[in-house]
Amino acid sequence: MLVFDNVSKVYPGGKRAVDHLQLEIEEGEFVCLIGPSGCGKTTTMKMINRLVRPSEGKILLNGENLLDKNVVELRRSIGYVIQQIGLFPHMTIRDNIALVPRLKGISAEERNRRAEELLELVNMPKEFLDRYPHELSGGQQQRIGVLRALASDPPLILMDEPFGALDPITRDSLQAEFKNLQQSLGKTIIFVTHDMDEALKLADKIVIMRAGKIVQVGSPDEILRNPADEFVEDFIGKERLAQARQQLQTVGQIMNPNPVSVGMGETLSQAVKLMRKRRVDSLLVTDGAGVFRGWVTVETIERHKNWDAAVADIMETDVPTVRADTLLRDATRNILVRGLKYVPVVDDRKHLAGILTRTSLVDVLYDSVWGDTEDESSGMADGEGA
Amino acid sequence: MDSIRTFFSEYGALLAEKTWEHLYISFAALALGVIVAVPLGILLVRLPKIAGLVMGIAGIVQTFPSLAILAFFIPLLGIGKVPAIVALFLYSMLPILRNTYIGVKNVDPTLLEASRGMGMTTFQRTTRVELPLAVPVIMAGIRMSAVYLIGWATLASFIGGGGLGDFIFDGLNLFRPDLIIGGAVPVTLLAILLDLLLGKLEKAATPIGIRLERGEA
Repeated sequence: MLVFDNVSKVYPGGKRAVDHLQLEIEEGEFVCLIGPSGCGKTTTMKMINRLVRPSEGKILLNGENLLDKNVVELRRSIGYVIQQIGLFPHMTIRDNIALVPRLKGISAEERNRRAEELLELVNMPKEFLDRYPHELSGGQQQRIGVLRALASDPPLILMDEPFGALDPITRDSLQAEFKNLQQSLGKTIIFVTHDMDEALKLADKIVIMRAGKIVQVGSPDEILRNPADEFVEDFIGKERLAQARQQLQTVGQIMNPNPVSVGMGETLSQAVKLMRKRRVDSLLVTDGAGVFRGWVTVETIERHKNWDAAVADIMETDVPTVRADTLLRDATRNILVRGLKYVPVVDDRKHLAGILTRTSLVDVLYDSVWGDTEDESSGMADGEGA
Repeated sequence: MDSIRTFFSEYGALLAEKTWEHLYISFAALALGVIVAVPLGILLVRLPKIAGLVMGIAGIVQTFPSLAILAFFIPLLGIGKVPAIVALFLYSMLPILRNTYIGVKNVDPTLLEASRGMGMTTFQRTTRVELPLAVPVIMAGIRMSAVYLIGWATLASFIGGGGLGDFIFDGLNLFRPDLIIGGAVPVTLLAILLDLLLGKLEKAATPIGIRLERGEA
């Protein structure tokens, strides 16, 4: 929908606020531009409604160069919400909401209907329409600010730290409310913020910027899982990363990749020998192609006593498994709820890939609760790894 | 009491006529001042580079002795009401110009950004946002200007412009205190009255939302 093609903004004096930016935004996406102050995120956003004119490169909106469009028409077709809210104090809430429709020459009746309709979206009673901005609380005012941007039903909305000036509780509820609204209306949102929590909560795609350049683009999960560099890590913050690591690590990352396994055709005596040698009480069973088939435990072998029987004859096949690319947070629930000591890990073709034990889960939990300071984590790993 | 009654029976008609002339000169100058200074003030906000210069010149004009200005227009425009109105108009400009400039310049920049971002044209931004928000300040300038003008208009008499100044200067020339008082008191009353009226107008012209914000509703 929106493409930045090699866009730069150079201010007089040579400061490059935005430096050869390359970015593509899909329709219906919620994109957060984030970075420290002065990183060019606001400049990038303001180039979209041409409050800032790009010095180099071009920005395409649905394939058309923004600079070829009539600037007034362009702005009326893009919603705009600013941090200071910017409601006009001399206009009623009704007039504030319906300002863009009015500029577009839509009839008073239609405008009124629209204002009422929008107010319902945020569960505010109709009486508010005839009030003036200063009679509303900060949170209510910014709700109106958002409605004003929605008034002419633009497909694209730009938001410049819209919830930054609100108290934390109001901010939280407005964020949730707005995310719902965005999803139900299917708008494309470009959202500037410096608050990582906000970005993680709202965005489909996070664009991390520094000194006018993009450092990393990705979904919140991708960014938490694979921060591009130290800057991104610092920006996300150690605490959040540690939490995220637990949440977003995959089973494959913490499993033991060398489980003790035995072929289906092996005899029970061979299996027992292997158990004794590796000091384990159960074996994972695979077929010739490495596909996981089940497991045998020392108890079942003891019950059979037929040492020449094949493992395949007595193994338990109704065994829970987990895939290597499952997120740890999902796997953890499974293991803890079912009270399993361990779960075999398989890949997408059912090949045995490893084993996930309660011990390795506990390691991860320690890390996220007490942080992975050097001595603690290494001590922990030694103790549990034996 | 008697003397006042005699004064009115003798000069009543003339007083009414001179009061009318006085108001006519003042209002003509004020109207010209508003017509020129308000748009000029808005324009100066858009041209910050020359704003300082123009405001400076307007300030200097204000310091010229009023009699000198009036006299200065005689060779150009002769005598009578026209040069008087032109000279007073120059005087009326500064308070209006300055207040318009300040009023428009002090409109919250975030509101201007919002109006630009929402797709208002420059004209719409001026008429729908800047002017309504600057109205209280602009009106205060007009009010100040009007009160000054009532006072300065007495000098119009010097160049044959008429007005209540005629009474005062006749009184001075003929050493007739009754004429001086008969001219000065109405001038004072006019100034006070106008100040009150324009004060009310100033309030009425302020958008309701702004009045509520200031707790004046």
